Amino acid sequence: EHIRTPKVEQVKLLDRFSNKSTTGTLHLTATHLIFAESNGASAQEIWILHHHIASVEKLSLTASGCPLLIQCRNFRVVHFVIPRERDCHDIYSSLFRLLRPVSYDELYAFSYNPKQNDQQREEGWQLIDLGPEFERMGVPCDQWQLTDVNRDYKVCETYPRDLYVPITASKPIIVGSSKFRSKGRFPVLTYFYQEKKAAVCRCSQPLSGFSARCLEDEHMLQAISKANHNNRCIYVMDTRPKLNALANRAAGKGYENEDNYSNIRFQFVGIENIHVMRGSLQKLLEVVGTRSLSMTDYMVGLENSGWLRHIKAIMDAAIFLAKAVTVEGASVLVHCSDGWDRTAQVCALGSLLMDPYYRTIKGFMVLIEKDWISFGHKFADRCDQLNGDSKEVSPIFTQFLECVWHLTEQFPQAFEFSEWFLIQIHEHVHSCQFGNFLRNSQRQREDLQLRERTYSLWAHLLSEKQNYLNPIYSSSFEESHPVLVPSTQAYHFKFWRNMYHQYDRSMHPRQSILKHILTLKESNRELEGTVRALKAKLQKFGVSTSPLKPQTPPRERSLPPRPQSLILGAPVLSRKEVQREEDEEVFAEEAREDVPISTGGERTVEGSSATENGYMELPGSFGSKSEPAVVTLEFGVARMTC
Amino acid sequence: MEFAELIKTPRVDGVILHRPFMPKVEGTLCLTGHHLILSSRQDNTEELWLLHANIDSTEKRFVGSLGTIIVKCKDLRVIQLDIPGMEECLNIASSIEALSTLDSVSLMYPFFYRPLFEVIEDGWQLFLPEEVFKDLESMTDEWRLSEVNKDFSVCPSYPSLLTVPKDIDDETLCKAASFRHGGRFPVLSYYHKKNGMVMMRAGQPLTGTNGRRCKEDEKLINATLCAGKRGYIIDTRTIAVAQQAKARGGGFEQEANYPQWRRIHKAIERSSVLQESLIKLVEACNDQSHSMDRWLSKLEASNWQSHVKEILTTACLAAQCIDREGASVLVHGTEGTDSTLQVTSLAQIILDPECRTIRGFETLIEREWLQAGHPFQQRCAQSAYSNGKLRSEAPVFLLFLDCVWQILRQFPCSFQFNEKFLIILFEHAYASQFGTFLGNRVAERVKLQLSQKTVSLWSWVNRPQELERFHNPLYEPNNLVIWPSVAPQSLLLWEGVFLRWNRSTKCLDEAYQEMVHIIEYNKELQNKVNSLRRQLAELETEDSPLQTP
Repeated sequence: EHIRTPKVEQVKLLDRFSNKSTTGTLHLTATHLIFAESNGASAQEIWILHHHIASVEKLSLTASGCPLLIQCRNFRVVHFVIPRERDCHDIYSSLFRLLRPVSYDELYAFSYNPKQNDQQREEGWQLIDLGPEFERMGVPCDQWQLTDVNRDYKVCETYPRDLYVPITASKPIIVGSSKFRSKGRFPVLTYFYQEKKAAVCRCSQPLSGFSARCLEDEHMLQAISKANHNNRCIYVMDTRPKLNALANRAAGKGYENEDNYSNIRFQFVGIENIHVMRGSLQKLLEVVGTRSLSMTDYMVGLENSGWLRHIKAIMDAAIFLAKAVTVEGASVLVHCSDGWDRTAQVCALGSLLMDPYYRTIKGFMVLIEKDWISFGHKFADRCDQLNGDSKEVSPIFTQFLECVWHLTEQFPQAFEFSEWFLIQIHEHVHSCQFGNFLRNSQRQREDLQLRERTYSLWAHLLSEKQNYLNPIYSSSFEESHPVLVPSTQAYHFKFWRNMYHQYDRSMHPRQSILKHILTLKESNRELEGTVRALKAKLQKFGVSTSPLKPQTPPRERSLPPRPQSLILGAPVLSRKEVQREEDEEVFAEEAREDVPISTGGERTVEGSSATENGYMELPGSFGSKSEPAVVTLEFGVARMTC
Repeated sequence: MEFAELIKTPRVDGVILHRPFMPKVEGTLCLTGHHLILSSRQDNTEELWLLHANIDSTEKRFVGSLGTIIVKCKDLRVIQLDIPGMEECLNIASSIEALSTLDSVSLMYPFFYRPLFEVIEDGWQLFLPEEVFKDLESMTDEWRLSEVNKDFSVCPSYPSLLTVPKDIDDETLCKAASFRHGGRFPVLSYYHKKNGMVMMRAGQPLTGTNGRRCKEDEKLINATLCAGKRGYIIDTRTIAVAQQAKARGGGFEQEANYPQWRRIHKAIERSSVLQESLIKLVEACNDQSHSMDRWLSKLEASNWQSHVKEILTTACLAAQCIDREGASVLVHGTEGTDSTLQVTSLAQIILDPECRTIRGFETLIEREWLQAGHPFQQRCAQSAYSNGKLRSEAPVFLLFLDCVWQILRQFPCSFQFNEKFLIILFEHAYASQFGTFLGNRVAERVKLQLSQKTVSLWSWVNRPQELERFHNPLYEPNNLVIWPSVAPQSLLLWEGVFLRWNRSTKCLDEAYQEMVHIIEYNKELQNKVNSLRRQLAELETEDSPLQTP
């Protein structure tokens, strides 16, 4: 065990944006770092999964103790002050070791046990299956077929086994093409737009250098072109900036030469690479993490980070893709360098724009499974699951989730899920609690036997689907908007506060419309049941009542219990008052809901306190004796009587 | 009537109207004394009725004999009219120009407007100071209503009745008035029922460079403190600006003369700066060609969001002093008619749940803006498209509404009204058929006989049909103090106003409707359950003797 000191008392937790602090006990377990406030029954707890910790920093000693700054991948930042330096050092060095697992066996997924039997676990893994998904799209069909060329991962080890290619693409063509593509990632089908028989294909950059060409690869593209009777022209979208693609030529890579391929329209899109994106997010987080940030610094910082510019670029590319496919009925081939970052972003987002199915909870899982997991987005490297190369880390998937969030803002009724679903997925991409996102490719996951040894996130999320529903989702919206055409005017892009300040409760609206409407919807369902029951009873008395016109189809479904905390990485200790705990967890973790006001006595608006917001530190006392009245703070919440 | 002289061409056929996100409309353009009307003369298309007073500026262009007039409105909308015939176009343009810049208040539309609805409750009689004082009297007897300003001679920008400390006589008030900018001596703005602390407002003290003092002024504001208690003076200007004011006869309270008060300086910009900021912001919002970087840098350069943050922060500070520190507060800037009112009115929204109701908010605007002497007519003479020759225009009231919207966003269940209500107020402050926002102060409104000659906005707004539109379906009364976040990340651009005409809101509107639908369905179901329960209970009591043998 790497834990030297399992428990330290009298630790102070400083709020990131105000002078508020709370005192409690710090526990270190094999999987979590836990801070328990020592403030009686309703004290809150913070659970931090070791995998979520991105960095631990010991700051210089202060009068009150030794500060420890912990930054997490889910954008939580905690600042502890530990009274004794020795304890601080112990915690620091333990964490230092714990947050850098050296082998996959150390990951939480392999010790996490949700008390399910083998059959339940296996069923969980079977929930999302890509075979039926391609069938849903209408593949295989007369133009597209399943190929077994990669059955043993021989042709491309980062691709899945099952791949769909044009029927006219023979094995030699596939193999030849794969040899001409970086990492062997030859063009394959990822989405089929049945209405126009247009295909979205993906691959990696060609190894063209300055002049090399490959007949098989040219045939491959021709096969894709032939598979679409409506429009012979293929758009080839190189999602990189032109300069990057040009530079790649020197390394024997590059992009397609329009002269060598018939019927292609080549296009650069200009999404920056993983290093630029990593730097951009770093800058963004630095800016929004500043205390007493001025509006000017915020806006200048937002602009200089370039973050929203990158988001817009991805969105523009996806819109271009969707338009080419749905309006022109053309097939599109998307690639970047290796075809697992920008390509995944653009293909997934483009499909989401074209196909309403991907805007449902289940469909979104399928989409991630397809374009991200199976096609080998390198989650292990990008999310730094094992102590790896820091230059490989990049928020590519986070950007995809953010693009989807922007779409939910423009089309509030188009998505079955709310932003909390996106945030929850983000949480678990980094938690390593479930097997889905471990390692870099399907093959590597098979080697680890994840389906036998770990649980699937999708089953877990579906079991608490209730929490992620968008209450105003309308399934009729998809009929009027089968294809989403978002506006990408700059002013539509906003900073995603609920993601990047998820844990900074002072930042958030104090009453959540989402939560409110979600609760009402649940209540509506219950009331409908009550009405029916009452009517049945009345009927026994011979009273006929007008049938209730249900506005949602009546469903007799028992609701899964609400989890203790929406941030599921944090199991909750048993406490005396369950109800109370529930409330507090929600506020502590989300800070987005008002407390139902209890009658009489003390009332609070949770998360809404004057001191926390730091309007101004009032100037000191008037005289020596009259101190400015101290605001009574209990559990970080200003209490007041009305 | 004199309007006829200004209208050379009263009607033109074959005019084409272009509006963003709407199909173009071809029809007949008519000019009347107060309206620009475009009617397609078909039943199913709506007519455009535009108040001349709503027109901020116009531009004309010619291509051959086809003229185009671009009309930019005070509510930030931009429309384009294609007018066949060069002469017609020139005539129309010059008429619009003349009619939209009438100097005389008494020629404004409210004096000609006759309501098509029955006035059930006269808005002019709704918020009389006497009535407001009755509420105060029920809470404390420390205050009295003074008639010292009966003929508006002590302070021309104050109303005739003012709430002042009970122990201060009118003579003291007069002396204090002579020591304050514009005669605006400290008066009661808000009484915090919970702890008896108060918020007062005033003009700056006229200390000048030689540090004049005024015993009566000191006595007046000290009279508002409880024994042994201290207070805060919130000066909305920076210390540097306040220092400079001394040279022009103004200044700030010296600690030595006001030992029981602690002065805090904040940095709310002066009105001319705000106007420039609005112009830049709207220009940025209207340019569709921006790249992300350019948009963000223009948004930042407008400084609008900084103003919002600064004003909200100051209001929160005032509220914090009152509610958390248990201290009374005096707020002033220079004149005490702009930033001062932003701060005092926002602080009340934070502190007083009553102000978050529709009626309470109307009272607040009446009390803290109209009667308190915010010069609406001067400030709202021009809006974001004003070019050149600015006099004293400034979006002071719009900024206040923006701040209210920010709080509303953060506490969406705590307000009885919705965003539409705030937008309506913005529109009517700049151009209206109602007389409410005409004039600069109570004295002027009395002289103009607005209450007899015009209809009050409140008479219209408070009709049940209208109220329904402004009602927030999420509202659940809550008696708490609501502390908004003022972090830049928590403050948003008010899209409902600034991007209103630049985006399609169809999806958002439908989503809102769906939300309303869910809420209403819930109420309906609850009623249904209650009535069924009642029915069942009745049956059970009737039947019980029969069933139990």
